[in-house]
Amino acid sequence: MNGGDILSLITVFVLAAFVGFEVIAKVPSTLHTPLMSGTNAIHGVVLVGAMLILGTASGTTQLVLGFVAVVLATLNVVGGFVVTDRMLEMFKVRPSSKGSSTSGGAAKPGAEGGPK
Amino acid sequence: MSLGTGIRLGDLIAAICFILALRGLTSPKTARRGNLIGAAGMALAVGITFATNGLTHFLLIVGAMLIGAVVAVPAARLVKMTAMPQMVAAFNGVGGGAAALIALATFLRSPNGSLAVYQVVEVLFGVVVGCISFSGSCIAFAKLQELMTGRPVTYPGQQLVNGVIGAAILALGTAACVSPHGWMVTIVLALALLFGVAFVLPIGGADVPVLISLLNSFTGLAVAASGFVLHSVVLVVAGTLVGASGTLLTQMMSRAMGRSLPNILFSAFGSVITATGGAEGDTNRAVRSASAEDIAILLSYANKVIIVPGYGLAVAQAQHTIKELADLLEARGVQVIYAIHPVAGRMPGHMNVLLAEANVPYEQLKEMDEANPEFQSADVALVVGANDVVNPAAKNSPGSPIYGMPILAVDEARNIVFLKRSMRPGFAGIDNELLFDPKTTLLFGDAKDSLTKVVAAVKAL
Repeated sequence: MNGGDILSLITVFVLAAFVGFEVIAKVPSTLHTPLMSGTNAIHGVVLVGAMLILGTASGTTQLVLGFVAVVLATLNVVGGFVVTDRMLEMFKVRPSSKGSSTSGGAAKPGAEGGPK
Repeated sequence: MSLGTGIRLGDLIAAICFILALRGLTSPKTARRGNLIGAAGMALAVGITFATNGLTHFLLIVGAMLIGAVVAVPAARLVKMTAMPQMVAAFNGVGGGAAALIALATFLRSPNGSLAVYQVVEVLFGVVVGCISFSGSCIAFAKLQELMTGRPVTYPGQQLVNGVIGAAILALGTAACVSPHGWMVTIVLALALLFGVAFVLPIGGADVPVLISLLNSFTGLAVAASGFVLHSVVLVVAGTLVGASGTLLTQMMSRAMGRSLPNILFSAFGSVITATGGAEGDTNRAVRSASAEDIAILLSYANKVIIVPGYGLAVAQAQHTIKELADLLEARGVQVIYAIHPVAGRMPGHMNVLLAEANVPYEQLKEMDEANPEFQSADVALVVGANDVVNPAAKNSPGSPIYGMPILAVDEARNIVFLKRSMRPGFAGIDNELLFDPKTTLLFGDAKDSLTKVVAAVKAL
């Protein structure tokens, strides 16, 4: 890898850090747990790295390390998404449109324009 | 279009999916879709990895993935809603472990001296942060699963020991950058595992959710480090996204508890508790307990009842019974609302999820700021399996470890009814003065049993 590659990775790193901060700047406390669980699933992308290690392994040590890494990473990614989905299932039946327009609309008529 | 370009394009699409997933997860309306977009991005990222030039051992890879999936899906599907937090901790820990193994394997396969200093730094960062996340998550899991005490574990000189381990990691890491040897990285790995344990032990059970969120962002950073090691853009993007958003989320969570993050991580909770417990020595103080029938009468003839659900309700799976009680009371013309503390249950938002499962109408759920003014006009505050979130010590006693945490103003209600298993203090391990208040009535027992009895008594009236 030459200097240009590492620099472009650092560029990606810095930009992604800003996006990470910005994108969840406003989140209701009700969603803190599902959001944590969701981000937990997303770092399961480490599976891609584990596959690259196992797929290019030679020798027993490398094979074992790679194999264990793939198992662990799969646990992370699959478990993460399934748990998050289970948490979020709870939000789907909620009559939120009716509830928020009657209570929220009466209290704060200007609130409609706020949330995006 | 060459294969390499195709893979990079796929990585880009996956990265966009992850960003959209995070954005979706910030609103209840789009959360579920967001999660699915994230999963689709993940499937794409994993799928195109199979097309990587020079990749072999396909059977082993698929086999390992099958093992992981066969364990993960039932575990995630069958776990009780109350045990979700430790499940997240476990899945987070294994992710950190995988990131550490990737960094270690990369280091071991490079011939001595072939790695530039910055590459050694990337490897060490991945190993250290991944290991801390792994062992820390294991302890967090054990605390929440009650495999070990949920109380803070402290011993004299603890901060010093942690400092020494940290310094040793730094020193050995620096040495490894100058002249990398396999044994150095192995010792750094062992020390990092130890540090993760030492770091989490003194953190009290009630603070563990915030800690899991922090470890979650650690794993994100470890994944980003392994992305640097492997020159994989998608790992860098996803890992950094999680690292950054996880840090912000951790701050939001600790703010919801009215505490700063350093206060949660480093305050020696344990010593304070023994101090207050010893000074008061009030294990034998009188409390007023009553029968289910008494409480049924109190509730039925009230105008307004505020239900304060806590972890005890969750653990007894009593969310359906409390809904039944609320319906009965409403049929008798009693106004019923639920006051939800931001950290009720064991994680922020945990209680909303449980009550939504029992079909409690959304409009009856009041967040703390909305609920607190209501207590003054409430005839009865019915506290079901909650303790720390209504403990006035958070307002009145500056020495208390939970001092400064915003609480529900249950003490302003005309009557207070506690449904509790025992006089045992709550998760933070602190006595609650409110239990001894003259307007407080207690009904001991499992939340579901007690509620079932109260429901029967209300029906009989």
